[in-house]
Amino acid sequence: MSDAIIGGKDRIAKRFAKLKEEDRAGLVTFITAGDPDPEASFEILKQLPEAGADIIELGMPFTDPMADGPAIQEASLRALAAGMHMRKTLSLVRGFRDQDHETPIILMGYYNPIYIYGVAEFLEDARNAGVDGLIVVDLPPEEDAELCVPTVEKGLSFIRLTTPTSDDKRLPKLVQNTSGFVYYVSVAGVTGAGSASNDQIIEAMERLKRHTDLPIAVGFGIKSAEQAAEVARQADAAVVGSAIVSKIAESLDENGKATDKTATMVTGLVRELASGVRNARK
Amino acid sequence: MTSSAPNSFRALPDPDGHFGNFGGRFVAETLMPLILELEQAYKDAKADPAFKKEMDYYLKHYVGRANPLYYAERLSDHLGGAKIYFKREDLNHTGAHKINNCIGQILLAKRMGKTRIIAETGAGQHGVATATVCARFGLPCTVYMGSKDIERQSPNVFRMRLLGAEVKPVVSGSNSLKDAMNEALRDWVTNVEDTFYIIGTAAGPHPYPELVRDFQSVIGNEAREQIMEAEGRLPDQVIAAVGGGSNAIGLFHPFLDDKDVEVVGVEAAGHGIHTGNHAASLSAGKPGVLHGNRTYLLMDDDGQIKEADSISAGLDYPGIGPEHSWLKDIGRARYEPIGDKEALDAFKLCSELEGIIPALECAHSIAQVMKEAPKMGKDKIILMCLSGRGDKDIFTVAEALGVEL
Repeated sequence: MSDAIIGGKDRIAKRFAKLKEEDRAGLVTFITAGDPDPEASFEILKQLPEAGADIIELGMPFTDPMADGPAIQEASLRALAAGMHMRKTLSLVRGFRDQDHETPIILMGYYNPIYIYGVAEFLEDARNAGVDGLIVVDLPPEEDAELCVPTVEKGLSFIRLTTPTSDDKRLPKLVQNTSGFVYYVSVAGVTGAGSASNDQIIEAMERLKRHTDLPIAVGFGIKSAEQAAEVARQADAAVVGSAIVSKIAESLDENGKATDKTATMVTGLVRELASGVRNARK
Repeated sequence: MTSSAPNSFRALPDPDGHFGNFGGRFVAETLMPLILELEQAYKDAKADPAFKKEMDYYLKHYVGRANPLYYAERLSDHLGGAKIYFKREDLNHTGAHKINNCIGQILLAKRMGKTRIIAETGAGQHGVATATVCARFGLPCTVYMGSKDIERQSPNVFRMRLLGAEVKPVVSGSNSLKDAMNEALRDWVTNVEDTFYIIGTAAGPHPYPELVRDFQSVIGNEAREQIMEAEGRLPDQVIAAVGGGSNAIGLFHPFLDDKDVEVVGVEAAGHGIHTGNHAASLSAGKPGVLHGNRTYLLMDDDGQIKEADSISAGLDYPGIGPEHSWLKDIGRARYEPIGDKEALDAFKLCSELEGIIPALECAHSIAQVMKEAPKMGKDKIILMCLSGRGDKDIFTVAEALGVEL
C-alpha cells in the first residue's frame, strides 16, 4: 500500500496550510456516493478538484437521513436504487485516490451502515481506500466511544458538526477529540433549508474561535457564488451540498438516469462557486 | 446471548441512557442541548410531588383511570386453560393506552415553557392522543403522518383535524411511520427554541425510552394491585403486543423483579417471517442504530433500513424500544411472532366471545394468549394488556375479510 494513497488527517492539514498560504478560503463540495449511479458519480467525483473543490465530502447513502432536507434524501435514495452500498462507496474513493493524492476526502453520513459494516473493519478499509476523515451526523460526543475514538486512533479525522445550539458551555465538549476542521452548521435545521446572515456567521465564528484553533468550515443553505463568497470572507472554508446535489437531479432524463450533461452541469456550478470563494478576499 | 442476572431488572437505564448495549443518544448535535434539557426537566419533575399530583389528577378525571382489570371468562372457558384477565386500556379517553404518555409529556412541555407540540403517528392513535392533549392544554399541534397511513387511516386524520391539529403528510422514503418520525425530527431540528416533540413510543434517544416507560407504567402498577385484589396473588404470565413497545413496557416493568411472572411480548409477523414482509424486529432483525437509539432493527446487510409490514398500522415499525431489546438479550422476556391471519382470527373470537372489539395491535396478543392458555392449568393466570379498542380498524378488517362497508 502506497503512503500516497492511505488516508489520514495530514492530508486535511496540508490542504488548509496551502489555503492559508494562498490567503483564501477553501471550497468544500458535497455529493452522495453513487448518485445518480456509481459510474456517473465517479465521473463527477474525478472532475471536482479541477473544477475548484478544495475538499470533497462524499455522502454514504442511507435510507433514513434524519438531518437532511429533500435534496440530499433523494440523492441517497437514487444511489441506493442504483445498487450503491458501503463497499462500493469505498471503491469509489479508492478509484479517485489512484489519480488524486492531494484532495482530502471526508465520508459523511449516518452511523448504522458503519456499525453494520463493523467499526474496526470499516476504519481499516476506509483508510486504505484513501479516506481522510469522517462526519457522522448522529454521533454526538456522548457517543464518542462508538466511532470517534477509534477513528482518531486510526489516524483519521473525526470532524464534528457545531450548530447555533452549541453554546460556550457545550463547545469544549464538541471540540475535544475532533481534528482536521470544525464544521459549523450555520442554521438550526436540515440541509438545504435557509441560510444564516453574515452577522450571525461572524458572531458564531468568534464564539468558535474561543474554543478551537482548528480551521472552521461553514455550511448549510449556501446556493450561489455570492453566498459562498460572503461566507469565504469570514470562514476558512465554505461547504456546499444541496445546491450541487440538486444540480445532479436537474440534469437527469425523464427516467431519472444520468445524461451527458450531468457531470458538466455539476462542474459548471462548482466552477462558479469556486470563483466566488477564490475572489472573496480580493 | 445471556449474561448473569442483575439484582434488579428495573434499575436501568444508566445515566447515559443505556439498557445494557441498547439505547443511547444517537442524534444530530443540534438536538443534543434539547435532549439534555429534557433529561434535566424530567429529573426535576420526577422529584416534584406537584408534578405527580397534577398527572394523577388528569389521569383520573380526564383519561378515566383507573380502568378495570377484567376477567375474560368466556374466552378462558373457550380455551380451557389458564384464567385470562384483560387490562382495559381500551376504556381510556381516546380509546387506547397512548394518552397516558401524552398527558405526562404535555405536562412536561408546559413545565419547560414550550409553546408548540409536534408528534409522529402511524395508525393515528398517538396522533389523536397528542391532538387531544394539545386541545385540552391550548397548544398548537403538528402531527407528521406517512401519506400511505393517511390513506388507510382517514377517520383518525379527520379526528386530529377536528381537534385542531395540523396533519402533515410525509412523502419521503416509504411514506409510513419511520418516515413520519424522520420528518418530526427534521421539524424539531429546525424549531429548536419553542417546540416539544411528544414521541409516542418507548423508543428514540434517551430520555424518551425511560420517560415513556415511566408514564406508561401506570398500566402495570394498577394491574398489579388489581390482580392482587381479584386473585390474592400475582399472575403467572403477562402478555402485551409490541410495535415500538410502549404499552408492553408499561405493563411489564412493574413485574420485572417478580421472578415467577413470565413476561411475553408479541411481535407482528405480518405475512410471515419467512416472507420477509413483517414487523418482527426482535425475532428477525439485528442490533443497529436508528432514530436516536441502538436496538433491534429490520435492515439489509448494508445497514439500510427495511420497511415493516403488518395489518396493524400501530405495529408497522422496523424497530423496537431499546429496553425490549435488552430484556430479550438477557432472557427476562421472550418475544413471539403472530401473523396477520392469526391476529384477525383472534380479533373475531374476542369480539364474539367477550363483546369487546379489540384494536388489531392487541389482537396479536390475544392470538398469543390463544396459544399459551390451553397449555396452562386452570389454576394459572394470564394478564394481558388490551391496549386499545378496535373501532379504528373495522375498515381494515372488513377489507381483509372481503366485506364491503
